[in-house]
Amino acid sequence: MESRSRHFKANAAASLANPVLQANLKTAKGKFVDKRAIAIKEIDDFEGSREAAKNIRNRVLENLDLWLEKFEESATARGATVLWAKDGEEICRHVAEIGQRHGVRKAAKSKSMLSEEANLNLALTAAGIRPIETDLGEYILQINDNEPPSHIIAPVVHKSLDEIADLFHQVHKTPRKTEIPALTREAREVLREHFLTADMGISGGNFLVAETGSVALVTNEGNGRMVTTLPRVHVVITGIEKVVPTLEDLTLLLRLLPRSATGQSISNYVSVLTGVKTPEELDGPEHLYFILVDNGRADVVGTEFQDMLRCIRCGACMNHCPVYQTIGGHAYGWVYPGPMGSVLTPLYTGLENAIDLPQAATLCNQCGVVCPVMIPLPELLRRLREKQVEKHLRPWFERFALKIWARVAASPPLYALGSWLGVRYLKWLAGGRDRIAVLSVAPEWTLGRDFPAPEGKTFRELYAKRRGVR
Amino acid sequence: MNSREDILGRVRARLGRNTENAVTARKDIAAALAERVERPRPAVPTDTAGLVARFEEKSAAQSSSLDRVAALADAPAAVARYLAGMNLPLRAVIWPSLAGLDWRAAGIEVAPRGAVDSDLVGITGCFCAIAETGTLMACSAPDHPATVSLLPETHIALVPMSRIVPGMEDAWNLARAELGSLPRAVNFISGPSRTGDIEQTIVLGAHGPYRVHLVIVEEA
Repeated sequence: MESRSRHFKANAAASLANPVLQANLKTAKGKFVDKRAIAIKEIDDFEGSREAAKNIRNRVLENLDLWLEKFEESATARGATVLWAKDGEEICRHVAEIGQRHGVRKAAKSKSMLSEEANLNLALTAAGIRPIETDLGEYILQINDNEPPSHIIAPVVHKSLDEIADLFHQVHKTPRKTEIPALTREAREVLREHFLTADMGISGGNFLVAETGSVALVTNEGNGRMVTTLPRVHVVITGIEKVVPTLEDLTLLLRLLPRSATGQSISNYVSVLTGVKTPEELDGPEHLYFILVDNGRADVVGTEFQDMLRCIRCGACMNHCPVYQTIGGHAYGWVYPGPMGSVLTPLYTGLENAIDLPQAATLCNQCGVVCPVMIPLPELLRRLREKQVEKHLRPWFERFALKIWARVAASPPLYALGSWLGVRYLKWLAGGRDRIAVLSVAPEWTLGRDFPAPEGKTFRELYAKRRGVR
Repeated sequence: MNSREDILGRVRARLGRNTENAVTARKDIAAALAERVERPRPAVPTDTAGLVARFEEKSAAQSSSLDRVAALADAPAAVARYLAGMNLPLRAVIWPSLAGLDWRAAGIEVAPRGAVDSDLVGITGCFCAIAETGTLMACSAPDHPATVSLLPETHIALVPMSRIVPGMEDAWNLARAELGSLPRAVNFISGPSRTGDIEQTIVLGAHGPYRVHLVIVEEA
């Protein structure tokens, strides 16, 4: 997917000014948050589980090269083919080649964020393979002229029932339905036909198990099971960071993932898939391919941002983010929105292409607190901001202001003078009132709130006076 | 240079890999695979009554319906009662491994094969069941086709009481002990399929079954 992240400010402003989107975001707000809060109480030692999950993920990342080789060995031993892709283009090339090799005309897709990274649907269409998104949310987006998702778990969280009812009516040419179960049934019937006639199933992978060479897939709708059971060919597209050592490690992560994502104690379907069908089996794919993808991940290994590779894509950080809740997912401009996206997008697509994303956070640390693998998201955002300054990527006036600040803050007399001037200027600006409605040096700051007016004396002055009295 | 070598090469360089630390790292990997450390897990009763009660409670919470019979031979009649009560046809696709029960006596016509789109009812067993979450574990095999629990609108599963285990860890251990290596597909099923994609409102029956009915068999 082509990144529009460099236009973040304009995107965010458009989102704020869109009344339909604002109403939809308000409807969604809090639902995931409340359910998660209840679901994590079922785990007696939730903090201990987070700590253990963090350690599992770190253990793999610290020797990622060898764990990948181990996974490859286990998967190959069970008849799977392991391919590697440096970038989105190579993912597309692999999938098109696999399609040609097996005479594929139609591919049914379970949700894969990496296929969004790669813009896979376009490439498949160009290769003569018809891609069908089968996750209900992703399907709605596909029939709406390939709109991008706005949330990694709930792709159409930005859309209202009314909008979806109109869309189904127009695209399916059926009477307009307004009940959610009826719309779901309509999609089920359309997609069932595709499941039965697809030659290839494409899925992401929530985890790769090194011990067994398996992929673990988590879905509620059952589409993950469909695309990995019915078509002749199954292609798994997944990032190189998704390896976990054993089935026990997988089990712990499966306790945290659905609770953090949707507040479920387990997703309806967890499939652990290993190898291809035997000749005696009545169902299952004859060919299984893993495409292990870099697309920016390898270069994060061993850096100060490695913690980010622990991410298990639950979406809790965006569900709890005041910025995400206000602007929605599209404003972030690439595949991953919210705090995780504000870290991943600059890392994977270049800091200069997502210049405002590390700033799109209040650093309130809600994301850090809820992250099931304890990624210090605010800290990573802060480091990205540092990198921006080091690389001279921020606007000149901001760099200039920071230089002045550094000079003033390092010199006590200058600092005293600056604050002496500042409080007097602000008191004058308030004109006797206790609030300032428009702050002329930072008018954007007072757009939605007032600035409290100072008393007119600095702390130093008050302190010196008090000591003098005593 | 091919992509595999390029990607692994960059990861190795970033990690400062050399022949010496590779030896230590391989030891850590072997240890991680051998230890199979058990991680923190929720407390679940381990006595039979407690396990069954927990399984029933959590299955109901996952929107599965429940029934109990004394023996496996009683299952067909119980299934027939459920189907009649739900106004469903007395016709089902079934795991070949269960075709030996006397379904005809209960008035049910069964077809032992993989499911097709027109099948309305699918009857399966399970490898085991997990009390912690009210989950079935189904392992694919020639006489356990995976489609039977997936394509029909109604999925009925026979759950031997002796196969209810506390957590997923116990299910893995059972699989290692009894099957050796993992089958092609291990499917954990927790109630009917569902979606919350439209306005985060949960609807049962997305792509898989609308209904999951569990028949616990006490003496099996």
